[in-house]
Amino acid sequence: MTTRLKPVDAVIIGFGWSGALLAEVLSRAGLSVIALERGPYRDTAEDFPPSRAPDELRYAVRHDLVVKPAENTITFRNRSDQTALPVRAWGSFLPASGAGGGGVHWNGQTWRFRPSDFTLKTTILERYGRRFLPPDLTIQDWGVTYETLEPYYDRFEYLCGISGKSGNLQGKIQPGGNPFEGPRARDYPTPPLTMPYAAALFAKAAAEGGYHPFPQPSANLSQAYTNPFGVTLGACSYCGFCERFGCGNYAKASPQTTLMPLLRRRPNFSLRTECLVLAINHDGGGKKARGVTYKDASGEDFFQPAGIVLLAAYTFENIRLLLLSGIGAPYDPASGRGVVGRNYSYQTTSSVQLGFAERLLNPFIGAGALGMIVDDWNGEHYDHGPLGFIGGAYLAALATNSRPILNHPTPPGTPRWGAEWKRAVAKSYLRTTRILASGSSLSHRGAYCDLDPTYRDRFGRPLLRVTFDFHPNDLRMSHFVTDRLAEIARAMGPEWLTIAKRQAPYSIVPYQSTHNVGGAIMGTDPETSVVNPYLQSWDCDNLFVVGASAFPQNASYNPTGTVAALALRTADAIIGRYLRAPGSLA
Amino acid sequence: MKAVLCAAFFLLLAAFCARAEERVAAGQYLTILADCAACHTPPGGAPLSGGRRIPTPFGWVIAPNLTPDRETGLGAWSAAAFDRALRFGRRPDGSFLYPAHPFPYFARFTREDSEAIRAFLATLPPVHQAVRGADLSFPFDLRFLLVFWDALYAKPAPPLPDPGHDALWNRGAFIVTGPGHCGACHTPKTALGGDVAARAFAGGVVAGWVAPALDGDPRTGLGEWREDEIAQFLATGAAHGALASGPMAEVVTLSGARMTAADRAAIAHYLKSLPPPPPSQAAAPPPHATMAAGEGLYRLRCAPCHGRDGEGTPGLFPRLAGSALVQASNPATILRVIFNGARAAATDAAPTGAAMPGFAGALDRAEIAAIATYIRNAWGNAAPAVAAGDVTP
Repeated sequence: MTTRLKPVDAVIIGFGWSGALLAEVLSRAGLSVIALERGPYRDTAEDFPPSRAPDELRYAVRHDLVVKPAENTITFRNRSDQTALPVRAWGSFLPASGAGGGGVHWNGQTWRFRPSDFTLKTTILERYGRRFLPPDLTIQDWGVTYETLEPYYDRFEYLCGISGKSGNLQGKIQPGGNPFEGPRARDYPTPPLTMPYAAALFAKAAAEGGYHPFPQPSANLSQAYTNPFGVTLGACSYCGFCERFGCGNYAKASPQTTLMPLLRRRPNFSLRTECLVLAINHDGGGKKARGVTYKDASGEDFFQPAGIVLLAAYTFENIRLLLLSGIGAPYDPASGRGVVGRNYSYQTTSSVQLGFAERLLNPFIGAGALGMIVDDWNGEHYDHGPLGFIGGAYLAALATNSRPILNHPTPPGTPRWGAEWKRAVAKSYLRTTRILASGSSLSHRGAYCDLDPTYRDRFGRPLLRVTFDFHPNDLRMSHFVTDRLAEIARAMGPEWLTIAKRQAPYSIVPYQSTHNVGGAIMGTDPETSVVNPYLQSWDCDNLFVVGASAFPQNASYNPTGTVAALALRTADAIIGRYLRAPGSLA
Repeated sequence: MKAVLCAAFFLLLAAFCARAEERVAAGQYLTILADCAACHTPPGGAPLSGGRRIPTPFGWVIAPNLTPDRETGLGAWSAAAFDRALRFGRRPDGSFLYPAHPFPYFARFTREDSEAIRAFLATLPPVHQAVRGADLSFPFDLRFLLVFWDALYAKPAPPLPDPGHDALWNRGAFIVTGPGHCGACHTPKTALGGDVAARAFAGGVVAGWVAPALDGDPRTGLGEWREDEIAQFLATGAAHGALASGPMAEVVTLSGARMTAADRAAIAHYLKSLPPPPPSQAAAPPPHATMAAGEGLYRLRCAPCHGRDGEGTPGLFPRLAGSALVQASNPATILRVIFNGARAAATDAAPTGAAMPGFAGALDRAEIAAIATYIRNAWGNAAPAVAAGDVTP
């Protein structure tokens, strides 16, 4: 028995960053808006007070802010000829659940993608010719340029109060910032955080090596900030409990600390938590969305009719709901035809751990996005011609994750347990750091998502099946940049170091990055994309699919800034154009 | 001729309607100044439909239904009956209203004001909600005894306007000592709940929350506040490093934020004219060991938000250094906030509405007392020490 509810102008599936940004713009314009969130309601003081938030066991080990695999998971395999198995404990990535979504437990690394990222295919073909591109790479241009997105990046940064140092202000290169970044209209709203010792050592070694280190743009704020809506955020206390945790003192930008105070006051907006959307209802042909069917916490089913449906439920659930609802042609890896599930990609990370004899690095002084970056080996910042691969990585010394349960660094050769291990941990904890390379991931024919033929969720719906392995191009890139990372590490003068290169096959077990992208990608051609450059479904013009599922391939940077910019652009296009003339915006 | 008469009739009718509309608007504004909703609107319920339980030291008083429902609201009340209740605290049968209804202040209203309020209330959607008047302990449940209370405390206030002051001051005095009924919380009470007239605005305690002094005391009152800061506090709940929470959060959201800027300025002007109280003897500073224990806990638990120097963050975390609430002779508010937490007022101008979590599960009573003693005596603050036994939820 499904209860039919009163129609609204717009229904949003998922209340993370994308959902909250869409909700703010649409409800400000006067639309009646409902957001449906599968997880619980969460707010700062009640759910992550400073007296409880730094609970490593609850949040970092038991993943309290992450969806429970028993409620929703994926199945995984590396190649099409394998049988996928369900993920029963999250490892490689942590899809969030609950109000605020991943915006609650993110680190706060707030990047803009560089101009060439949005025109990747054109840029590679122009620079290196068609023969340079491996034939099974399915990279594409985005159908949107950096210049178009710049005002939206700016809006998001000023909503959050991002701390950073500009490197390219209106075309003028700024000392101390990232000289490779696209031009920005104005500087960051707040100055960079104070750098911890390890990051300072990294920056010094990098600068001496001729690189251009700069502070990581951060949503952990260096000082209190009041955003253009009058909502105030506090200053980061460098407590070190950021990634996988909610921020107890209002110092990390999240939907809670930037938008929810506004939305709470709007009578035309409501957030319904613990409501799981089962399907998007449509006219039968997938040409017009009618609303959504969802199940609330008591197990009752509801149909929420809506004029516009905004699917903003993280990459996996975006793809899965499209497939379950029968909207758009599913991707067929054998023929290469179809679009939903096509161009899933990830990120290619590696690291170097280094220990010092005497230097006390005090790694407990930390934040989510606190550190120094070298961007010289990223994207098109260097010539790939002689190297034979596409892409790159940023190299970083970030002071995060040095919490007591999961972080016991020891020099190579130390036993894995016992008295000697304990002595080594006691000596090494304060003297060890890790620097990393966060690399791009190029979409290819063998990496995609579809519905699993065997495994189903608790309501009998097929799970999403993810088929993914690193492309040889990405491994060549990663090995090259990891060597550069190790050179900087050696220049820092450690007593010992260990290099962790990324190897195939991709393993779903160790944590790497919650930057799962693609599968419902944007583009200018309905034959090779699910949504147009406004994230509007090519098939169904009152359905918008918002989030990193729209990335045609992944850049090396953390995706949140770009996810937010795309969501804001979609919201503006709905208000400015779609409402006046409903139909395709492309 | 007929047409002219007709036109004249319609003009008169229009003028009458316009006057009626003006009167309703004026009445509505007076209900904002008087913050009627704070008591008469139940949480999440229909406006002014009553039923909210108001805690008093003598038991519960339950706010009546002010909507025009004939059986359970004011629908059947005559203008005279309403006026008598509003301004003089008498029910239609002649018995007394409990002075949780601040009629000693509402005596400042004119009959015209009372009719405007009644006209506004008549426009509300009628809500059928029977409300029992009170739930008080003996002998306070005996309404007839209130005749003595009235004789003691319901004394006429000095007449306004006071020709010795300008119009702004007189407007402020009218609101503060009239509809705003500020003294209902901010003036100390006798054992019978009447105002201690000699100590007007020296601070009080309401439902376990300290209402700080509004007089010119530099430590516990408004001595260090500027007029524009007081006005900003009423508008947004955040100024001078302070944040409105507890009952004052409601006063800000339901009344202060909705009144005119001119009226907020008038209130501020009047309050700043209140003299400082005679200097009192400073409490002996707490022993060094107590302060050291409090400081250690403060740095660990409190400093990440309030800062090592107690400066806080404007609009987000209250400033503790120099705070009147922190230094109030009665530590009830800071103890309950540390124990249970509190949420600041959220207004359109300052929507953050940040909250402090309760530390009841993380700190024991001795630790809470140590922190309270420390913040009451650090950074130039001075107030009596707090003992573990004083800490109650």
